[in-house]
Amino acid sequence: MAERPEGSAAEGDNRPKLSLHVPEPKFRPGDTVDFSHINVPEAGSMARPDETCDPSEMRDMAFGLVRVLGEDNQAHGAWNPKLDPDTLRKMLGHMAMTRAFDERMFRGQRQGKTSFYMKCTGEEATSVSASMALAADDMVFPSYRQQGILIQRGYPMIEMINQIYSNKGDKLKGRQLPIMYSSREHSFFTISGNLATQTPQAVGWAMASAMKGDSRIAATWVGEGSTAEGDFHSACTFATVYNAPVILNIINNQWAISSFSGFAGAERTTFAARALGYGLAGLRVDGNDALACYAAERWAANRARANAGPTLIEFFTYRAEGHSTSDDPTGYRSAQERTEWPLGDPVTRLKDHLIAIGEWDEDRQEKMDLEAAEHVKKVTKEAEANGILGHGLHHPFRTMFEDVFEELPWHLKEQSKQAIREREIKFPGGLDQ
Amino acid sequence: MSADANTCQSNVSSGTERRLNMIEAINEALDVSMQRDDDVVVMGEDVGYFGGVFRCTAGLQEKYGKTRVFDTPINECGIIAVAVGMGAYGLRPVPEIQFADYIYPGLDQLISEAARLRYRSAAEYIAPMTVRSPFGGGIFGGQTHSQSPEAIFTHVSGLKTVIPATPYDAKGLLISCIEDNDPVIFFEPKRIYNGPFSGYYDKPVQPWKKFDASVVPEGYYKIPLGKARQVTEGEQLTILAYGTMVHVVEAVCKEKGVQADILDLRTLVPLDIEAIEASVERTGRCLIVHEATRTSGFGAELSALVTERCFYHLEAPVERVTGFDTPYPHSLEWAYFPGPVRIGEAIDKILKD
Repeated sequence: MAERPEGSAAEGDNRPKLSLHVPEPKFRPGDTVDFSHINVPEAGSMARPDETCDPSEMRDMAFGLVRVLGEDNQAHGAWNPKLDPDTLRKMLGHMAMTRAFDERMFRGQRQGKTSFYMKCTGEEATSVSASMALAADDMVFPSYRQQGILIQRGYPMIEMINQIYSNKGDKLKGRQLPIMYSSREHSFFTISGNLATQTPQAVGWAMASAMKGDSRIAATWVGEGSTAEGDFHSACTFATVYNAPVILNIINNQWAISSFSGFAGAERTTFAARALGYGLAGLRVDGNDALACYAAERWAANRARANAGPTLIEFFTYRAEGHSTSDDPTGYRSAQERTEWPLGDPVTRLKDHLIAIGEWDEDRQEKMDLEAAEHVKKVTKEAEANGILGHGLHHPFRTMFEDVFEELPWHLKEQSKQAIREREIKFPGGLDQ
Repeated sequence: MSADANTCQSNVSSGTERRLNMIEAINEALDVSMQRDDDVVVMGEDVGYFGGVFRCTAGLQEKYGKTRVFDTPINECGIIAVAVGMGAYGLRPVPEIQFADYIYPGLDQLISEAARLRYRSAAEYIAPMTVRSPFGGGIFGGQTHSQSPEAIFTHVSGLKTVIPATPYDAKGLLISCIEDNDPVIFFEPKRIYNGPFSGYYDKPVQPWKKFDASVVPEGYYKIPLGKARQVTEGEQLTILAYGTMVHVVEAVCKEKGVQADILDLRTLVPLDIEAIEASVERTGRCLIVHEATRTSGFGAELSALVTERCFYHLEAPVERVTGFDTPYPHSLEWAYFPGPVRIGEAIDKILKD
């Protein structure tokens, strides 16, 4: 042990002993779950401040919970975005498609078609509805659980699967871990895999847009666990300093792999309250309420577009499945959490709302779910024609060296020759790769 | 090797030429680049109204306005990160990190983000940024204002590392870096901002204007990345150096009457391997000099390359002269610095073998 000041823990010292607090989640495997400590305000009870208001006028928003869909499945209050039924059905369709996609890809990983997958089950509204509230050319800097944005923006599903399989059709040339998509055409930034790095980058993009007198804004998504990263502090600081037209979305899904939100500070305050110290507008939103998600994101988008400044939004939700295909959530949390979660399921709630307003029914839902599953299955087959991970249908070896730099320097040319030589030794007479 | 080999020999002057120190040359490179391309933006701690702690950005905010030249929070992670975002938008940011010693909070954004964007997105997104930062010791900066961390960056795939040694080169290289579509680390040897350095700290600084390499043409010119500069020609040995050390080895060789082939590498990645091989094959002896700490320094890479590629031409083991593997001590700065004694000893050894 390192040397300590003399007497700090000496016998006979009458100063009280200090003790270290290490957060512990309320429930572990096998525990009975009781979420009554979570305050769930009535839908429609939160006021909706003016989009251009000073952040100091809306401090209470950081501790409340914007909710639109009530227990009666009706939309309530000032935050009701009053979307027409067609738009609501579209929203439901994107969410259902996202869920169907997740199911199939998760299964594909279990079948050995790829190395890794991450579902967003239970969090679909936080990407689909939020994305619908943005313009199609607003730039998004997602984390790794926002596949709903690509589905909402119409990115071809086959490109997603090619990427997940790292096959010869993968536009990213098989370089990235599955689900780390990129699509400039869809204003979707390349996903890093390192956490929270995208948050200050989004601020930089937004600053550039403002510098150029553009009208496009930026939005970024980050998990509650990753808000502990210094990058998040950088993002908040630059956002507030330059009044950047950016939306910082925090997806508080309660769990970062096996560490609960307490390890990012949730025992002390809300994540939306992070906004207060920076002088940012902060909103705390029911992340399983698709209408509330849409309304909050639209509020922030309008604010940014009006040069009124950045917004930090906490979407309070629950990660219904494991972090990824690489962890088993039954090993660290109670299985009852998912069923007892007080904010329900986002797809079910939106469906029930559409049914309640007479614009949908269970049969149509069943048909839609079936069609979504069939569509994903069909596209998966198409993608499999381009190969699955590790079965030879990958990009040529030389592509490994491309795009390190714009031009290949001498040392990479030499290493490229080496790689091709190795392939020829391993596979004599093989393809010219 | 660059054809415009612009040496540092003194006493040549024509009277009408413009002579700039390195700070003025860097300032002019920024000015020229901003003039030519509206997408070039300059940011960093104290670079705006004040013009930078070393004055490299003086006058730029006044000329180009606050949205193109601006101060930033003291947050190097954020400085690099917003530059990544701006690059994704289409700008060509030139962030300044006030001292190379402060760059570490921005490392993840440089190594995992800027350096990888092109690769991970299959060129959908790039990071065309030039990170300028004063580096190196010799100004009594202590351990946090003296470091030479270039090897951290040369080790990263996707980053270019450029280090000028003269005002002429500083301007031409910086313009090339800014126009480059890959992220570049541009380390400015701050000891020689105002004049080249002989290695004798107790002698007065000779201002740049006494040296030909301070003749800096007006307007636009570029020095290509990846091309070394032949400083002196000689048959006895090859000396590979960059930044401040170029001038120190030149002075030592002059003093000792050694005829050395001194190469100023200018760009560490991509490296001018052809110039290095050609020189070592001719001289058969190679000394590598840098100010950075020794273990895993860039000298180790150079030594390995020379050994791998020129082994049968070598008549003596490759030697390295470097800083010691300690933090840069404040009061013992000149004991750390790889000065004339350490370099002279190595030259004697390599010539004796």
